[in-house]
Amino acid sequence: MSFQTAVFYAFSLILVLAALRVITARNPVHAALFLVLAFVTAAGIWMLLEAEFLAITLVLVYVGAVMVLFLFVVMMLDINLDRLKEGYWDYLVPAGVVAVVMLGEMAAVLVGKQLGAEAMPAPSPKPETYSNTKELGKLIYTEYVYPFEIAAVILLVAIVAAIALTLRRRKDTKYVDPAAQVLVRRSDRLRIVSMPAEVAAPAAPPEKAAP
Amino acid sequence: MTLTSADFLPVWPEILLLAMVCVILVADLFLKDSQRGGTYAMTLLTLAACALVTAASARPDVTFAFHGMFVDDPMSDTLKIMVYLAVGAMLIYSRSYVALRGMYRGEFFTLVLFATLGMMVMISANHFLTLYLGLELLSLSLYALVALQRDSAASTEAAMKYFVLGALASGMLLYGVSMVYGATGSLHIPEVASRIAAGKANMTILLFGLVFVVAGLGFKLGAVPFHMWVPDVYHGAPTAVTLLISTAPKLAAFAFVIRILVEALGNKALFVEWQPMLMMLAVASMALGNLTAIAQTNLKRMLAYSTISHMGFLLLGILSGTINGYSAAMFYVAVYALMGLGTFGMIMALSREGFEADQLDDFKGLNRRSPWHAFVMLLLMFSMAGVPPTVGFYAKLSVLQAVVDAGQLWLAVVAVAFSLIGAFYYLRIVRLMYFDEPVDTHPIQSDGVARLLLSVNGLAALVVGIVPGWLMALCQRAMQASL
Repeated sequence: MSFQTAVFYAFSLILVLAALRVITARNPVHAALFLVLAFVTAAGIWMLLEAEFLAITLVLVYVGAVMVLFLFVVMMLDINLDRLKEGYWDYLVPAGVVAVVMLGEMAAVLVGKQLGAEAMPAPSPKPETYSNTKELGKLIYTEYVYPFEIAAVILLVAIVAAIALTLRRRKDTKYVDPAAQVLVRRSDRLRIVSMPAEVAAPAAPPEKAAP
Repeated sequence: MTLTSADFLPVWPEILLLAMVCVILVADLFLKDSQRGGTYAMTLLTLAACALVTAASARPDVTFAFHGMFVDDPMSDTLKIMVYLAVGAMLIYSRSYVALRGMYRGEFFTLVLFATLGMMVMISANHFLTLYLGLELLSLSLYALVALQRDSAASTEAAMKYFVLGALASGMLLYGVSMVYGATGSLHIPEVASRIAAGKANMTILLFGLVFVVAGLGFKLGAVPFHMWVPDVYHGAPTAVTLLISTAPKLAAFAFVIRILVEALGNKALFVEWQPMLMMLAVASMALGNLTAIAQTNLKRMLAYSTISHMGFLLLGILSGTINGYSAAMFYVAVYALMGLGTFGMIMALSREGFEADQLDDFKGLNRRSPWHAFVMLLLMFSMAGVPPTVGFYAKLSVLQAVVDAGQLWLAVVAVAFSLIGAFYYLRIVRLMYFDEPVDTHPIQSDGVARLLLSVNGLAALVVGIVPGWLMALCQRAMQASL
């Protein structure tokens, strides 16, 4: 067994265990952290496949941005775990039967010679000067520019939808309008009243301390 | 590897629409609530301009652009113009409805236009990636539109169900597509077809992928047994959005199915595999849709089940596997969009502030309240049921003809039997309108343009039924030139 195969199996084992813990962990924060572990090990496997750019993007985008946001949300929401677990055991048996049957059927097709090493031989290794990122960039901005632009439009829709669904101006909320705040002049806040100068009464002479 | 102006010319309608959405998005910020009519007018003008550009640039041959990602053929031009018409009519019908429900905001219009763009991308896609991205663009806009009425618990629930099941369906579809890629080594539709034809594809993997692709398509069309989301979403969404979901996206879904099943996986070896799958979906949809619709008391829910049965009919046309069958299916989906527009438009015309008019009882005695509205609804219901001489009859007839020509006589018999059962609940509405006492006695308040369009829509169901030849010829020409 070569070193690479050993690394592959180690990563795969961690990935499967982490993925299992994502759905079995009681605490949602733990589940999210296991998902981070799953992403990082998946990135490791991609690295073995020589897909360096994708591996780094997975860590940067999913672990760095998506999961951090996800953790924020999980921590801010008050999730009632007992309600989530309600009916878990009732659904487990039928769902388990369906899952096992589906898994068996899929394995019957996919395991074996259809997608094995003979049917899908490994590509020849690339020269050292080959840059994964550069090649992907070339493809995205030439051949795939149309789908790329549509993906950008989808992100725009996500922004519009998120704002449309969450931005609301209630009449009874008290909020600060920065524009109005900036426009305030001194005269709006501060009134200078001119008064005749008051002559302070001379202080009473200190009484002599009692001996 | 460079893009030339020849790449941009066929995509001109999409570029125009996207540019105009951005303009509307920004311009709307500067409009006060009382000036929202400006956004409405700009949206309609954009659709009209896109229709003009599409019609002007329509060519009788097939053009590819953007490295084969995009295809411009007569089928896409025809379907796109139908989509513009359906979306435009939806905006006109729903103007006062959305205004009374606090949804008359800029986002409503931009999301509708984004959904339209998604449909156009789907219709013109020539690559599995583009197909999928167009579908997601459409779906995301629709999820947001369903949830737009934030204070309604029913809308939020409908949006949630739509979103979760839609994501599941996308997952299935993508898994199937990844298998197609594994088997053929390409996602480019003509390339996939040619590799299958040359025998260079792994058929076991391909079949495995095909099952998931058909399941994903079944979800998106709302065919039984993947229909669970349809009634809840139709019922829970604001009627304006239900109208949008039930009309224009069906046209895009038709193109989607044709591109995947016929253009990419239409090889004889695969056709004999997906034909029985579609047969099961079609028969189950017609049976469950028509039987369950009888038990409904809510009109929107009833129409949801009726949609399921109509999708079964649409699949009949596609599974016959001939050009005639595909054109009959295209004719059917166009006619279905016309009828759906009218029926949901009627529900919105009868609604008012705080009243939805979506119960069957709300239609009782409509003839006493407004004979013309009752007559238009009668035409639409006759058309839905397939009573001659309305257009629904001709649509059903042409699909059945294609099925019989394909040698599936028993399917045609089953389809006729379920249509007869289906006629019961459509004609029940006619009975309620003409023979029952009105429950609701408020005067009908709808704006003049919507009322005029509703009359045109109802009469179109009759007139196109009397002279269906031109529309049928249009569909036939489009399919012949494109496949």
